[in-house]
Amino acid sequence: MSTGLRDRCAIVGVGHTAYTRGTERSTLELHLEAALAALADAGLSPDDVDGVMPNELAGTIAEDFILNLGLPDLRFSSTLRTGGASFVSAMQSACLAVAGGVARCVLLVAGRRGFSAQRVSKTSEGAIPPMPVMRQIDEFERPFGNTVAVQWFAQAARRHMHEYGTRSEHFGHVAVACRKHASRNPNAVMRAKPMTLADHQASALVADPLRLFDCSLETDGAAAVVITSAERARDLRKPPVLVSGIAEGHGDPPTSITHKRVMTEIEGVRRAAERAYRMAGIGPGDVDCAQLYDGFTWVALCSLEDLGFCKKGEGGPFVEGGRIELGGELPINTAGGLLSEAHCSGANHVVEAVRQLRREVESERQVTDCEVSLVTGEGDFHEGAVAILRRR
Amino acid sequence: MSDPTPRPRPQPTEWSEGFWRGCARGELVIQRCDACLRLRHYPQPLCPHCRGARSSWQPVSGRGEVYSYAVCHRAFHPAFAGAVPYVVATVELEEGVRMVADLAGVAPEEVRIGMPVRVFFERVDDEIALPRFRPVR
Repeated sequence: MSTGLRDRCAIVGVGHTAYTRGTERSTLELHLEAALAALADAGLSPDDVDGVMPNELAGTIAEDFILNLGLPDLRFSSTLRTGGASFVSAMQSACLAVAGGVARCVLLVAGRRGFSAQRVSKTSEGAIPPMPVMRQIDEFERPFGNTVAVQWFAQAARRHMHEYGTRSEHFGHVAVACRKHASRNPNAVMRAKPMTLADHQASALVADPLRLFDCSLETDGAAAVVITSAERARDLRKPPVLVSGIAEGHGDPPTSITHKRVMTEIEGVRRAAERAYRMAGIGPGDVDCAQLYDGFTWVALCSLEDLGFCKKGEGGPFVEGGRIELGGELPINTAGGLLSEAHCSGANHVVEAVRQLRREVESERQVTDCEVSLVTGEGDFHEGAVAILRRR
Repeated sequence: MSDPTPRPRPQPTEWSEGFWRGCARGELVIQRCDACLRLRHYPQPLCPHCRGARSSWQPVSGRGEVYSYAVCHRAFHPAFAGAVPYVVATVELEEGVRMVADLAGVAPEEVRIGMPVRVFFERVDDEIALPRFRPVR
């Protein structure tokens, strides 16, 4: 059995801007700040960077980084188009580039001005740059009022409730867990806004069955990660975090949730998980904490099933009783996630996983004996990516 | 009262113009592979089952049932601001393919998964009529 990229590469630096609701700065300036922070964390300089993976959702390009960071000799750049799965998918590409000798040090940056510039809740018109993958939605769904992600995911959540008896309260448990974790994270936008299950149930229906508190935040900010070889990582500033398993998967079909052969699973996550576990040589029972892409609560709940933490359809009961909270059997989204820390296109999930493994987070949210952290990315049409990270 | 903002208008492509021509004459047609005879929607150049490149437009019943739905309490496009709460449904046709449309003639709280529905066409202009669905009574 091929172990492929297992432990060949490491995350050696992570960084981010402040997460805010409101900024005077451009998306590019936020990206550059995050990039420099991640490099400083690694003890590296821009002169060391020879690969860069800009994020589609932010609209930045490799040339922006060459110009502004003065990158002397970029050898690898690529941008993936799998929405919220892009950042973790990009980690797979970065590891391939490093393991294949194409690049030595790859910088990944993501995050947008979801509050100040691309605020979906205020208008869908022009809020997000047009994406080729939306062509069929634009022609066959938007004319009927199916215009934004919360409406698409609501139908998947509804079908999950219909087939498995999942309830809105179950989605609420995910939201409440993320909020509790955010209250212990000084970087979290919602750190000072506690939420109870009753608060969740009282929040407005946006696209029934999804409520306002089922939706991720609209925030400004950026985060970055630096990947290099495991060998080189030994000499750098921080304890390296090894990429033990990394994989991506795509939806079936990949262009609309409504046409999913199976609407009640996120097949991109399920497929990526199978590959990532095999590569890492571990299973769900070995994971100490999980950072699950949570554009909507249902996505995290369904991902728990598709990652094998519980059986298909049992995500609802699984999230009850504090199981997914710090101190529980499987803490998820220990920084608060996209629901309560910030929506940084999922890059903040990778930052948190790395800090948990380095024992760098505040003691009140440090997962005890955290050796393995799993991170997912998830796109609008159930694309998925899974990274399994571990301490050396 | 000022005219409401129109709905986003579909822009037919070389692959989908047969579908929209059918709608404009009040007939629901779905792309069918000439080689393996399987239906596919949305329209695309190759059959994903047998990779056949030739296809025809097959008239279908227009009957189906609600596979899933969302009750939209907020509009994210101004055309729907006056319609909230409105129901966007995924309809599975008897012939097996799925379509998306907002439902007419039913209160949101009465919609159920499995509810039988039938197509009707809402005229937009000379070229475009939107295939929508209402419950079968």
